[in-house]
Amino acid sequence: MTKALSNVQRQVSATSEDNHRGAGTPGAAISVQGLVKRFGELEAVRGVDFEVATGEVFGFLGPNGAGKTTTINMLCTLAKPTAGAASVAGHDVVRERDDVRRHIGLVFQDPTLDGYLTAAQNLKLHAELYGVQSDLVAPRMRQVMTMVGLWERRDAPVATFSGGMRRRLEIARGLMHSPRVLFLDEPTIGLDPQTRRSIWSYIRELKQREEITIFMTTHYMDEAEWCDRIAIMDNGKIVALDAPEALKAQVGKDRVTIDTDDDDAAIAALSDRFGIEAKVAEGRVTFGVPAGEEFVPRLFAELGMPIRSVSVSRPTLDDVFMAYTGTTIRDREEDSSKHRNRVMMQMMHGGRR
Amino acid sequence: MSTTDTPPALAASQAAPDELEVVRVSVPKRSLASELRAIRIVWRRELMRYANDRLRMVTTLVQPLLFLFVLGSGLQRLASAGTHGVSLRTFIYPGILCIAVMFTAMFSAASIVWDREFGFLREMMVAPVRRSSIVIGKCLGGATVAGIQGVIVLCLAGLVNVPYDPALLLGVFGLQLLLAFSITAFGVMVAIRIKQMQSFMGVMQMIVTPMFFISGALFPANGLPGWLTVLNRIDPLTYAVDPMRRLVFSHLNISAAAKRALDPGVTWWGWHVPAVLEGAVIVALGLVMLAIAIWEFSATE
Repeated sequence: MTKALSNVQRQVSATSEDNHRGAGTPGAAISVQGLVKRFGELEAVRGVDFEVATGEVFGFLGPNGAGKTTTINMLCTLAKPTAGAASVAGHDVVRERDDVRRHIGLVFQDPTLDGYLTAAQNLKLHAELYGVQSDLVAPRMRQVMTMVGLWERRDAPVATFSGGMRRRLEIARGLMHSPRVLFLDEPTIGLDPQTRRSIWSYIRELKQREEITIFMTTHYMDEAEWCDRIAIMDNGKIVALDAPEALKAQVGKDRVTIDTDDDDAAIAALSDRFGIEAKVAEGRVTFGVPAGEEFVPRLFAELGMPIRSVSVSRPTLDDVFMAYTGTTIRDREEDSSKHRNRVMMQMMHGGRR
Repeated sequence: MSTTDTPPALAASQAAPDELEVVRVSVPKRSLASELRAIRIVWRRELMRYANDRLRMVTTLVQPLLFLFVLGSGLQRLASAGTHGVSLRTFIYPGILCIAVMFTAMFSAASIVWDREFGFLREMMVAPVRRSSIVIGKCLGGATVAGIQGVIVLCLAGLVNVPYDPALLLGVFGLQLLLAFSITAFGVMVAIRIKQMQSFMGVMQMIVTPMFFISGALFPANGLPGWLTVLNRIDPLTYAVDPMRRLVFSHLNISAAAKRALDPGVTWWGWHVPAVLEGAVIVALGLVMLAIAIWEFSATE
């Protein structure tokens, strides 16, 4: 792990020189200032600012309809910002569109493979479109396909692949031209847990092997944990941005739950000895402490009464999301789909008049 | 299925981490060479898909052959009075050479709608190449595929008493390529605006069939009712069928009367339009439609 870390640091210093040309902080793989996107009345992205350092795995977390995909589309030069500026790999996404495209890899939410062609033909086509040096196409293809475990299947038509295999092939294809920034829009959506795990292994492996920055969106809370930093997006705005652990620490304390024979005595003892305010929830004594795991040995030593069982749970990203938006991600998705339907109805209504 | 789905390489690469060598490549700045490379790969993809799709080779031939052999043979007796001893099949053969190309070219253009539906279009749209390269590659690919399909019909010349003369074959093939290119450009122009395959097929049906019937592929283009003459002269396919027929008939051993009746040529206000100009009309229309297609495609986000 330490070796991998130093590897990443070395790569960071190696690529930072290339990035001085663009706007924003030197060395930033992505730099975004006041980005806005409007679709008619609808303001999908309402002024977003952030920076992603080279070599980082940066996650965009939020419910469907929060503006994640719109933001990613603007960064990938697929949509023009209504206002604000962004640079990717040192190039402005509006003025230097082609330079941005040369340096980014894209994996979309929806499949974009040619099912009639074989896996290798799909990758070859990509390399030709991007103008990769001809003599390096074959070895590079071997590397990326081996990484995602599809080298053996290279001559099979993509139409015969399962959903998970296709997604892996898309990731391999996105890497064919050695992009400096890889954009993954919901790379694991709709996949089984096993395939999701393996895709995360590739991402981590990739980070160790290549000079690459990874920008991804997800609405799986557990996946966001893998990112170096995450931005929580809600209603077109970034409501929180930090390392997952730091975000959770901001939300507060670990939750400790204990089983005792005499709950009232336990609550009194907790108050006496530790100055902790505990309460009974769902028939058990529950309280919050900053570092739950370190507190447990002290609890056993100093409480002065028998404890039958104890459990410590950390705040989850769900708690974080809840803390910043006042709702859970699932509730928010239901709300926004209702809102979308309403907007759609209004549009249809307006169109008829 | 689940056994093939588990990725084996991860374990392998962990076992031997040095085996997987990192090959670093780079993407050059956009240049004419890179655009040509993009055009070539888009063109080749059309050919690869055609080669994989044997069914399409057969299905797009059914209709032209039906017209040639069934309609041609069936109407022979009715028409024999007017054809001066020339078989009706021989007469409509040049028209069939054109429509075989036209049907295939339209089918090729439909691939843009498929690509959009299956998402592949997006892969091409985000590449660091000009949109025009993609459209040109598509048109050339469609034209090549249609040209190949045309050659299959050309091989049947002997069955309808048309000689296998090298000059004739080359001339016909050249005309077929021009037509194939223009029709593909036309199809691509339409396809870019259409999001669903079903609508595209409907639109094609609405355009292709009238174009085919009005073009004079099945009848000589003189002495028609006034309204039909007007329609015939504005139908682009007319300018492919007519030189094709002139070329084929110049290699037939038939009477002058038959030639006059069956191959009267296209006239504009009494002026006999030369074959070279007809070819130029086809090319010009193709280029205009290509330009519109490029413009449309560049405008889509």
